[in-house]
Amino acid sequence: MSRDNDRAKIIGRRALLLGGGKLALLSALAGRMYYLQVLEADKYATLADENRINLRLLPPPRGRILDRNGVPMAVNRQNYRALLVSEQIDDLDDTLDSLSNIIPIADHDRARIAREIKRHRSFVPVTVRENLSWEDVARIEINTPDLPGVMIDVGQSRSYPLEGLGAHLLGYVSAVSEADLQSSSDPLLELPGFRIGKAGIEKVYDLALRGKGGTSQVEVNAVGRTIRELKRDEGEPGVDLSLTIDLDLQQFAAQRLGSESAAVVVVDIHTGDVLVMASTPSFDPNAFNRGLSSDEWRDLITNPRSPLTNKAIAGQYPPGSTFKLMTALAALESGTITADQRVLCPGQMSLGNITFHCWKKGGHGSLDLIGGIKNSCDVYFYEIARRTGFERIAEMARRFGLGAPMGLDLPGERAGAIPNRSWKRATLGQPWLPGETLINAIGQGYVLATPLQLAVMCARVANGGFAVQPHLARDQIEGSHVMPRTAGDWPDLGVSRQSLALVRRGMFAVVNEPGGTAFGARIKDDAMTMSGKSGSAQVRRISMRERDTGVKKNEDLPWKERDHALFVAYAPESEPRYACCVTVEHGGGGSGVAAPICRDILMEVQKRFLQRGGGDAPQVRPVSTRPDAASRQPAVHHDDDGHGDHVHPDPILDDPEDGEDR
Amino acid sequence: MYFRFSRSEMTLREKLWHVSWSFVLLITVICSIGFLTLYSAANGSIDPWASRQMVRFLVGMVVMLAVAMVDIRVWMRWAYILYGVALLLLMAVEIRGSVGMGAQRWIDLGFIQLQPSEIMKIILVLALARYFHGASYQDVGRPLFLVPPLIMVFLPVGLVLKQPDLGTAMMLTLASGAMFFLAGVRLWKFGLIIAAGLGAIPVAWRFMREYQRQRIITFLNPENDPLGAGYHILQSKIALGSGGMFGKGFLLGTQSHLNFLPEKQTDFIFTMLAEEWGMVGGLVLVALYTLILVYGYAMSLRARSQFARLVGLGLTTTFFLYVFINIAMVMGLVPVVGVPLPLISYGGTAMLTLLFGFGLIMSVHIHRDIHIGRRGASDEI
Repeated sequence: MSRDNDRAKIIGRRALLLGGGKLALLSALAGRMYYLQVLEADKYATLADENRINLRLLPPPRGRILDRNGVPMAVNRQNYRALLVSEQIDDLDDTLDSLSNIIPIADHDRARIAREIKRHRSFVPVTVRENLSWEDVARIEINTPDLPGVMIDVGQSRSYPLEGLGAHLLGYVSAVSEADLQSSSDPLLELPGFRIGKAGIEKVYDLALRGKGGTSQVEVNAVGRTIRELKRDEGEPGVDLSLTIDLDLQQFAAQRLGSESAAVVVVDIHTGDVLVMASTPSFDPNAFNRGLSSDEWRDLITNPRSPLTNKAIAGQYPPGSTFKLMTALAALESGTITADQRVLCPGQMSLGNITFHCWKKGGHGSLDLIGGIKNSCDVYFYEIARRTGFERIAEMARRFGLGAPMGLDLPGERAGAIPNRSWKRATLGQPWLPGETLINAIGQGYVLATPLQLAVMCARVANGGFAVQPHLARDQIEGSHVMPRTAGDWPDLGVSRQSLALVRRGMFAVVNEPGGTAFGARIKDDAMTMSGKSGSAQVRRISMRERDTGVKKNEDLPWKERDHALFVAYAPESEPRYACCVTVEHGGGGSGVAAPICRDILMEVQKRFLQRGGGDAPQVRPVSTRPDAASRQPAVHHDDDGHGDHVHPDPILDDPEDGEDR
Repeated sequence: MYFRFSRSEMTLREKLWHVSWSFVLLITVICSIGFLTLYSAANGSIDPWASRQMVRFLVGMVVMLAVAMVDIRVWMRWAYILYGVALLLLMAVEIRGSVGMGAQRWIDLGFIQLQPSEIMKIILVLALARYFHGASYQDVGRPLFLVPPLIMVFLPVGLVLKQPDLGTAMMLTLASGAMFFLAGVRLWKFGLIIAAGLGAIPVAWRFMREYQRQRIITFLNPENDPLGAGYHILQSKIALGSGGMFGKGFLLGTQSHLNFLPEKQTDFIFTMLAEEWGMVGGLVLVALYTLILVYGYAMSLRARSQFARLVGLGLTTTFFLYVFINIAMVMGLVPVVGVPLPLISYGGTAMLTLLFGFGLIMSVHIHRDIHIGRRGASDEI
């Protein structure tokens, strides 16, 4: 019994010890609970949220691109896609078979779908096909009961409703490249499928058009499936961007150019608004979104009329006789000549042992400045250039915007070329030859200009010598910040109003006086009178033999060898507002081909803005406040007798020959 | 032998009268907390877990009361035979496991999957209690006397380790250790064994399976591999810690409902409970468990036979080990060894084992006044 008592005592004591130990361990559990759930609670609460909350980036809708009147040029189109959710389908092949009865699915697509399904979790939708037509969508929707796991999703893709019209301005959007990613920290770029502007306006103003990405906080479970949305910040959609382009005019110009390989630029001479910038032939930028076949691509890049090039800014042409405006200004400004001094044109001029020909075989006889411009007499300009020297002419041309990119808000602008001694030495390593002064002074030789440069040159002549800058966006845009464009006071080019008035007087005579090279293309409505200067840029050399046997007419030459036809003009003469440059590649003569196009376009421009009146006219800078506003008008009016002894037989006046300056 | 009390002749009615119904109520309350938590684990649905667990609970309750009605001397008489059967079953699954594909640790009885290792947790206590029942303090002091019980422990522990089931092996060893301690084994011997155990760690390390080593490594530093091996512990700590003082509310636990928490209905159910009910909820549960321990101690120590005392205290200790290992495991205090939270985790075997154990404790209580002589069951009237 005592033994039993002993044992009871021992077990009692030891049970107490054991129980105490257990209580201590349970207290340790309570302590651990306190540590985790009270002391460290915040840390674990944060970790828990990190676990379950995913931040998703919402791509903002890209801003549209509109013309100056709000007509959309680039929009976002609903892009319907067929998606497949693998966890909801029984058998992939069966589903794809029945789906392919509705929309064709290529074999390589099947392989890709199978691959993507394997790679993603079963609830992640996999794209079967994109860019479904509305009919396809409807047919799939009707058949959804038989197609479990197939669903339609709407995305956004860029669309250019005007197709070829303005394609060169708008550019295109495309996938983000590795280089883009490295140069920007915008997280939007990392979104799969995100597209950014890669050319044209889409590229220049990409930041503004892109907008700011929104975020969506979603609760996800352990395998990443979205359970619900907790918070949403929509971000900022891209800005709708208005261009200075007037689509109606753009369309008119493009139609007027027809099938020619040509470019038209119309600028407001005071504001620098580019109203028209057309380059033909064009291409459909939507084709790039759809994906081009290799045949289509080959056609585009081998086409001799280069549809992918924006000829208005990237086409460089010898300006031909349009450059004589610069030669005349340089001569006047340097005081080398006066307007009244006459030059006798016998049809050719000799310098050293070389003979330089005038485009008119028999010569023009005696001409003053106005007569020289009006007839585009080569010998007249040879002579005044010889006296002035090309350095001064080049300097004048630079002031008017030639020889350097204009700084237009569009990528791809070419500089053209204005040679001088140092240029020739630097690029060719040869000294300047006296004969080159003559050739370059009539816009041949090394001189190159883009249609945009010529339009701006004409605008600067017409606006009284102010360095107007062209631009395409109506607003001032820096990065993603958009503000109204301030009416800039363009710097004065420092050319006397008198010289400009004389040159303009000459340009008036070219179009509006009998005998002027573009008299046939005059605008008969007095309120819309156009003044301009034609140019024909020679593409091939004319041999002595040919000159003896008779120069071939352009129409007889293969297309590639014909002259480029150019015409620059401004209108209306009474109060100049618009400057235009028409360039037709291998079009033949400037006065015969380019001038009528320019006339039609400038008439359309004026009809639209000036005669209609109203608020949609481009804003006019208050030119009247300028101290020399009066001198803008062609103040120096030569009467018809001013041409003195120079009398033309009428039939020729009304229909001047196209080939003018050889 | 003088005080032969005729309690053995108690009628069923008397026995039912002696059942501690407050103890039964306590068990029911804890199980009900389990049903609620399983309801939440199924995102607010009684299916699939809570409903089945209730059925098992009801079956278990019947088993518990039936076990409680059986005379404690019967349990003593059958102790070795039950041990032998349990050992054979354990060997059977071991052999089948090595012959067949994979390691199946249970025998399918149709309505329940019987795990011999789980049964062994109860039976080993019974067998050891039987062995130490007749032992005097002097007997226990002889080293040779301790050899048979050590063999009785090492056979099942070895088999279970081979499965391998680290959690059960740990529980068997620790519960047996408590039995030896209660039986009066000298304290210095424990010191010796603990020292030997520590010395054996490097040896044991070499024999451990890779996944067992991995468990210990991730236990020591779970943050090392948050998406791999340490994922369970880390996610458990995040869910538990984010619950805070008062929890996120019933059915509102984010980590568990979004499946960040693994095994939320079984081994990690305490985490889910503590995420939704906070530290307060966790402490309430621990307090209820402590109350069970207090009941167990009180019932055991009032018994007049050494066998009954050892059975009661041994089973209470087994219960404690369930509680402690599971909660310490989900809080990152001990390695993840796969021990369920008693009466709460979803699972039939554990529920049945535990209620069987409580039935024995209640049998100890009901038959507390029965004296059993040193010769044990053979000693009866």
